[in-house]
Amino acid sequence: MSEPTEPAAEAAPKPTRIAPIVTPDAKSFWAAADREEFIGQKCSDCGRFRFPPRPMCPHCHSLAREEVPLSGRGTVYTWAVPRHPPPFGFREPPIIAVIALEEGIRMVSNVVGVKIEDMRHDMPVEVTFEPTMGNHKVPVFRPRR
Amino acid sequence: MTRKFTEAAIAGIGATEFSKASGRSELQLAAECSLAACEDAGVDPRDIDGMITFTIDNSDEISLARCLGVKDLAYTTRIPGGGAAAAGTIFQAMALVNAGLCQNVLIWRAMNERSQYRFGQNPNQANMSGYTAGHGTGSLLWCIPYGAMTPASWAALQAGRYMHRYGVTNRDLGYVSVQQRKYAATNPKAWFYQRPITLEDHQNSKWIMEPLLRLLDCCQESDGGVAILVTSLERAKDLKQPPVRILGATQSIPYNVEVISNYYHDDLTVMPEAMGVARRLWAMTGLKPSDMQCAMIYDAFTPHVLLQLEAFGFCKPGEAKDFVKSGQIAIDGALPVNTHGGLLGEAYIHGMNSMAEGVRQVRGTSVNQVKNVQHVLVSSGMAGAILARA
Repeated sequence: MSEPTEPAAEAAPKPTRIAPIVTPDAKSFWAAADREEFIGQKCSDCGRFRFPPRPMCPHCHSLAREEVPLSGRGTVYTWAVPRHPPPFGFREPPIIAVIALEEGIRMVSNVVGVKIEDMRHDMPVEVTFEPTMGNHKVPVFRPRR
Repeated sequence: MTRKFTEAAIAGIGATEFSKASGRSELQLAAECSLAACEDAGVDPRDIDGMITFTIDNSDEISLARCLGVKDLAYTTRIPGGGAAAAGTIFQAMALVNAGLCQNVLIWRAMNERSQYRFGQNPNQANMSGYTAGHGTGSLLWCIPYGAMTPASWAALQAGRYMHRYGVTNRDLGYVSVQQRKYAATNPKAWFYQRPITLEDHQNSKWIMEPLLRLLDCCQESDGGVAILVTSLERAKDLKQPPVRILGATQSIPYNVEVISNYYHDDLTVMPEAMGVARRLWAMTGLKPSDMQCAMIYDAFTPHVLLQLEAFGFCKPGEAKDFVKSGQIAIDGALPVNTHGGLLGEAYIHGMNSMAEGVRQVRGTSVNQVKNVQHVLVSSGMAGAILARA
């Protein structure tokens, strides 16, 4: 488990988002998110990115890997809003999206700071972080100008 | 004992009633549908020597074998991938019979997924077993903190890019739902018997995943059990029912594809697993889409029907919405689909009830019987089979 971060400012409401379920192969990703760092896993031999993280490179089978900072920039590949049942951990329905990252990998996340009616496919977004229960943080995305 | 290649056939199908509250245990449902499949075939359940179910079925093989009095079980296995791999059970049963390893293979799936737990709801946080290894759902964990917690949410994200690329609207999806409810309306076994819907009903149903899926795009949550008995073609000929040959069956899980949280392969506007199944099935049987008189296509959510129609080559990429809209999946269309009402209209027994309908179509005993059926495609996305007249 990662070190808990400092609690948020006094007036902030208590986070209700569920903390990530951390597996051994994804530990460093979530630990970095707690520090508001957005990292990806890259093969040390052939240099290709992969997501979700895994112990072996599917291209060259190398076990050598490094966690490197990602640009945090991407586009919305697809998105939707869960209306029923309301998902746990959200006061308002989140915008769930598959984000295509600049590095050529995709991840599921949320788009924040945008109205549903303004959501578009291929919209440019950039990473930001939101708190979860248990003093963790997760990367989410906001519109990029 | 020598082994030789043995042709496989389906000799029996059995089911409980489909309900929202079975009032009995899942094991009892499993035992009842298994017995029904054996009786349908005219096989003594004590002679079952192979048993196959889904990894997430809650009943134990041994407990079920003890109910049925199975004398000497030779082989048990389970398929990962939930309903997407449903037809993988037929594939494995076929392979066991082909290899001469088993003579009477029982496939079952029984669930109280409405009265005992809710497949469509948020996960029970005390029980995250669905996210553990072995079910083919390796990346669901990455969805949970973002509020993607239900099969509908995962499926919507899988369908969104496809719908965007080809301009498929939620109203377009409604035609799938309306047609399947029309089939269900004339099927006394269906939960929605005598309850057809209109496109307006579909459009008036609440959003589940806005702007992609409404309530009537989603399969039911059902209680019930379905079983299928697979044996050799030779033996099936001496049994009670006309044998249904398994001409071909296969599974396909291409690189970076996984069940339902399937966001990592190159192009989300296609279903590579169904394309893989199609490629193998057509190669295995020498048949082509126009040789199918009807198809049972896994319809947990309506977009999956469109994607599979395209993957199997019944229509070109992006054209499935027009294929459906123009009535081609109706009883008098080019390819009647899910003639029992599907998982939307009949029940959601994880795809097993759709495979049973494929058997009925070949036998000529469906309540919505298609004329002159020679070949039926059964597809659950990650697995498929072609059933045929003997």
